[in-house]
Amino acid sequence: MTDRELRVSKIENGTVIDHIPGGQALNVLAILGIDGMSGEVVSIGMNVPSDRLGRKDVVKVEDRELSQSELDVLSLIAPAATINIIRGYEVAEKHLVERPSEVSGILQCSNHNCITVDNEPVTSRFEVLDEGVRCVYCDTIIRDDLAAHILV
Amino acid sequence: MRHDHITSTKQLSRGDIEAILDRAGEIAADPLRFADRHEDALLGLLFFEPSTRTKMSFSAAIKRLGGDIVDMGPVDSSSVKKGESLADTVRVVEGYADALVMRHPSEGSAQMASEYVDVPLINAGDGAGQHPTQTLLDLYTIRESAGLDGLTVGIMGDLKYGRTVHSLAQALTNFEASQHFISPESLKLPRNVRYDLHEEGSSIKEHTDLQEILPSLDVLYVTRIQKERFPDESEYRAVAGEYQIDADLLSAAKDDLTVMHPLPRVDEIAYDVDETDHAQYFEQAHNGVPVRMALLDTLLEGQA
Ligand SMILES: [Zn+2]
Repeated sequence: MTDRELRVSKIENGTVIDHIPGGQALNVLAILGIDGMSGEVVSIGMNVPSDRLGRKDVVKVEDRELSQSELDVLSLIAPAATINIIRGYEVAEKHLVERPSEVSGILQCSNHNCITVDNEPVTSRFEVLDEGVRCVYCDTIIRDDLAAHILV
Repeated sequence: MRHDHITSTKQLSRGDIEAILDRAGEIAADPLRFADRHEDALLGLLFFEPSTRTKMSFSAAIKRLGGDIVDMGPVDSSSVKKGESLADTVRVVEGYADALVMRHPSEGSAQMASEYVDVPLINAGDGAGQHPTQTLLDLYTIRESAGLDGLTVGIMGDLKYGRTVHSLAQALTNFEASQHFISPESLKLPRNVRYDLHEEGSSIKEHTDLQEILPSLDVLYVTRIQKERFPDESEYRAVAGEYQIDADLLSAAKDDLTVMHPLPRVDEIAYDVDETDHAQYFEQAHNGVPVRMALLDTLLEGQA
């Protein structure tokens, strides 16, 4: 399958997320809370040759338009991702992901002594820094391997 | 001051800090003038970790303002022991008091708790996180003995887990202080505090040896290195011994060096230092009452 085929292969309605770093597609789905249990048709291309990224992943979710705020959290692990909203087999909208100032409920704090990893009703929240993220509660900064901290 | 809760020194501007210290100065000069200032006020004490000093100091402060305490008591005998969440505990207890003081072993606990309550909540220590009221009394002590600007301050000991260190280092970025950090390699400042100092434009000068920087210090803030931070007793002894001071060692310091410690000390400051003019740590501890009175007065006034 070529890049061209993957990117435009016809879905009638939905969202195509392109230019995900190779190997991160499952993390992208985890961040978006898509686990297949709610019935969406999801297609994944992994490690597709790409001029820009060397190897990239592509995710297509049918019959669901993901909102900009949902997609912005992808910027943490897929900063170069492009988003195509498809309506009636046509690309109706095209977006880049933007780094949000804060993400909540997506990542788990890496500090085992943080109150958010205790059995409390609180939702994790992180301030997004130029490099990495910072727990709003305990101040811990996570810089490396954010994907390993995704809450599933 | 616009803050309802005091969870971290990062939220305090220079103006906020000076307003509290000024009021603490007024209180210290004439405590009786403030004796019936908050006659009906109840301060809720939630200490999820044992503490004698901080708890007594807050109790004395509210009582000297005319108020009283309601105390959760030790964790063993409370509903926390039965598995109640912190979020639930604080939501119940806020109904009993006009302000809350909380110490808890988890980092971020004060921030979280403050999101569940409407009465002012004061962080009296959250794990290895922050201890902002200790910092206010530290700053008050520094201001009294050396003034707050143009200082060279050395902070020594457990900089990684020491919450008083984190709060103090961040607060000092509001003043023209040159900060030096003296610790073993394994107990250096954590990444988040380094990040904040960097953001504030403060340079981080780190040392493993006190002697190389001691002669230029105006203030030396000593903290305890705990045994639990080391894999075994012998390693602890070897390392901790490097960060103990005595009167002999201080002969290399400036005559007007101020030595501080959040107390309790174990052996990091020898008793012979107590007899020198450098020792300010008991004065520092006493300052806890007027400073906490000033903070409570400010927060309760804001509620009225
Ligand atoms: Zn955290």
